[in-house]
Amino acid sequence: MSERIHSGAGGTDRARTVLLFVLVAVLILGTGFVQSWNTALVILNMGLVSAIMSLGVNMQWGFAGLFNVGVMGFVALGGLAAVLVGMPPVPEAWAAGGPRIIGALLLSAGVIALAVTLYKRMTPGRLRAFLVFAVVVVGFFVYRGLLDPAKEAVESVDPAATGYLGGLGLPIVLAWPVGGLLAAGAAWVIGKVALGLRSDYLAIATLGIAEIVIAILKNEDWLSRGVKNVIGLPRPVPYEVDLQQDPAFVERAASLGMDPATASSITVKLGYSAFFTVVLVIILIAAQLALNSPWGRMMRAIRDNETAAEAMGKDVTGRHLQIFILGSALLGLAGAMMTTLDGQLTPASYQPLRFTFLIWVMVIVGGSGNNFGAVLGGFLVWWLWVQVEPIGQGVMSLVTAGMAEDSAVRDHLMDSVAHMRLLTMGVVMLLMLRFAPRGLLPER
Amino acid sequence: MDFLNALVALSNFVIVPAVAYGSQLALGALGVTLIYGILRFSNFAHGDTMAFGTMGVILATWWLQGLGVSLGPLPTALLALPAGIAICAALVLATDRVVYRFYRAQRVKPVILVIVSMGVMFVYNGLTRFVIGPGDQSFGDGSRFVISALDFRAMTGLQEGLAIRTSQAITLVTAIVVVAILFWFLNRTRTGKSMRAYSDNEDLALLSGINPERVVLVTWLIVAALATVAGTLYGLDKSFKPFTYFQLLLPIFASAIVGGLGSPVGAIAGGFIIAFSEVTITYAWKKVLGHLLPESLEPDGLVQLLAVDYKFAVSFVILVVVLLIRPTGLFRGKAV
Repeated sequence: MSERIHSGAGGTDRARTVLLFVLVAVLILGTGFVQSWNTALVILNMGLVSAIMSLGVNMQWGFAGLFNVGVMGFVALGGLAAVLVGMPPVPEAWAAGGPRIIGALLLSAGVIALAVTLYKRMTPGRLRAFLVFAVVVVGFFVYRGLLDPAKEAVESVDPAATGYLGGLGLPIVLAWPVGGLLAAGAAWVIGKVALGLRSDYLAIATLGIAEIVIAILKNEDWLSRGVKNVIGLPRPVPYEVDLQQDPAFVERAASLGMDPATASSITVKLGYSAFFTVVLVIILIAAQLALNSPWGRMMRAIRDNETAAEAMGKDVTGRHLQIFILGSALLGLAGAMMTTLDGQLTPASYQPLRFTFLIWVMVIVGGSGNNFGAVLGGFLVWWLWVQVEPIGQGVMSLVTAGMAEDSAVRDHLMDSVAHMRLLTMGVVMLLMLRFAPRGLLPER
Repeated sequence: MDFLNALVALSNFVIVPAVAYGSQLALGALGVTLIYGILRFSNFAHGDTMAFGTMGVILATWWLQGLGVSLGPLPTALLALPAGIAICAALVLATDRVVYRFYRAQRVKPVILVIVSMGVMFVYNGLTRFVIGPGDQSFGDGSRFVISALDFRAMTGLQEGLAIRTSQAITLVTAIVVVAILFWFLNRTRTGKSMRAYSDNEDLALLSGINPERVVLVTWLIVAALATVAGTLYGLDKSFKPFTYFQLLLPIFASAIVGGLGSPVGAIAGGFIIAFSEVTITYAWKKVLGHLLPESLEPDGLVQLLAVDYKFAVSFVILVVVLLIRPTGLFRGKAV
């Protein structure tokens, strides 16, 4: 539709990119001036995380045309990594049942490996079906027999405060790559099963794995404390209280004309921003290099015409698996960063509309196939997501201004402001898909 | 050993709930499979279409209840069904006109339509929450049980009771009626035959003068009816909460794929396979085994294979096994 002639498009493209990023900066700075600098920095930090998530989905969809609807699951795995790496271990719990749990997990991995080997090595037939089935069923019962008592023992160790195995007690920044690895592992399993089939099947398989990851986080208390949440994750930045008690800091804040409380919370948030910006810049550079390398061209060739690429001797399913794993690893990394930023893992807060479909809106608004577009979409859509509520409240107070204070309709409308977000996001997405399907920053 | 009591306990906790749940899934999967067959994409908005239709039924039920109308022992919601279907049909037809038709004319790749349906899902979800809120709504009335556990025990003198809730009985009866009408329509009427022809071979169907827009219109009408009925039955049987309906998407898709996307018979079979697997695997077998085994062998634990929260894992594993072994599904759907 919006086919433009490409003479001199490079210049206008660059101008457009710069202009739109300036717009994002204006929006965030505007939030700082109009609302508060704390709010602005909260938006900025989550915007940075969202941009990385959006880059991950863009890799899968924009580079390779893979449809991942399980973003939430990979993000949550990253969150789990933050707990497993950052939290201190609970020695009593380890003594109660740690080795047995690890043994049970190793056993389950062994059983699955055995079943897969049998399935691959044996000739198809009744005997193979029976043996594979028997291995899985017997293995499952032995696994449960080993895991259940150990799990109970671990979960009964001071359940109000711990009741789980804890983590490794390493610096939390290490959790970020670990989160990427966890997500990559999950992606490998899913990709092995669903890639090479119709695109819809990958979508449904990822939808399923996301629900399962959340179910595990909610129910396996020995691992993640379940719905009791893990709070007080260690931080890569200093605590506000410590800053406020540091006389040098208080003095510097006073010289800038700020009270110590505000100054400390802004400093902490700026610290996160610095960390996240470094990660985002590294990933963005790597993604740009990848996109413009022979590898990136091959990916786009596969995306645009699988049959032709296959005829040229490209291993389509293999390449798809590779990029699916890479994109998911980015999602896991961003998930670990987000949990670090929150300082807690709350499994009940993972909602598919927020963590899967919102990321898709970011990619589509920004421009699939364009890394800068994905980053832009991440910031822009996140800003909108946060601001729709106050804007909606304003609109609704205008609409309901003429109504009586105690009118039921008025109450209902004011209550429904919270749901404006979904509606707005859906409408934004549909409008973009219809009128600018290539996004704000189209692929070159 | 007490075979009779074991059988009654099994029926009470596994067979009756699974039959009801299976019927609900089957109706949902029929909607998904019809859209897949005719419009050729996986509709991610189906769960929220169900929620929207059910919301229509709930609002109509409340209105009827306000007027003092009631069906006696049956829930008033049955009387409100046509209104809900009409509201839902209006919504999906408007969506088709405003959203899907444009892409159909462009003949875009199916995956684009899937993404578009994601946007539609957002909007439906927002609309439903906007009107009725995100919380639980109960709208069942009438008598609660066809047979209560107490009556059953008094009648038979058995130790175990068998309760059949009105909502479960209604689910089965309604599902049978709806499926019978649907199959009669698809196999016997001119419009139904043209729909099947269009699904089998679009070009040939167009050549023989079938009007595609009419086929699409009828499909959406049927889908709206199926979604509303499925959603209402599920809501009567369990409870209505918009988010639960979104989560039904996975078992519904699993049902449709296990049966074979595009195959109506497959959707029904898939619905029951998924429902029975979910219920048997998440059911604690202690009671049934207690009746069946000699006392010395009676199990100590609950003998529950998986916690109820992992029911999604069951649909998922079945889905994966089918994808690995027979990607076209049991009834050879069209997708590979």
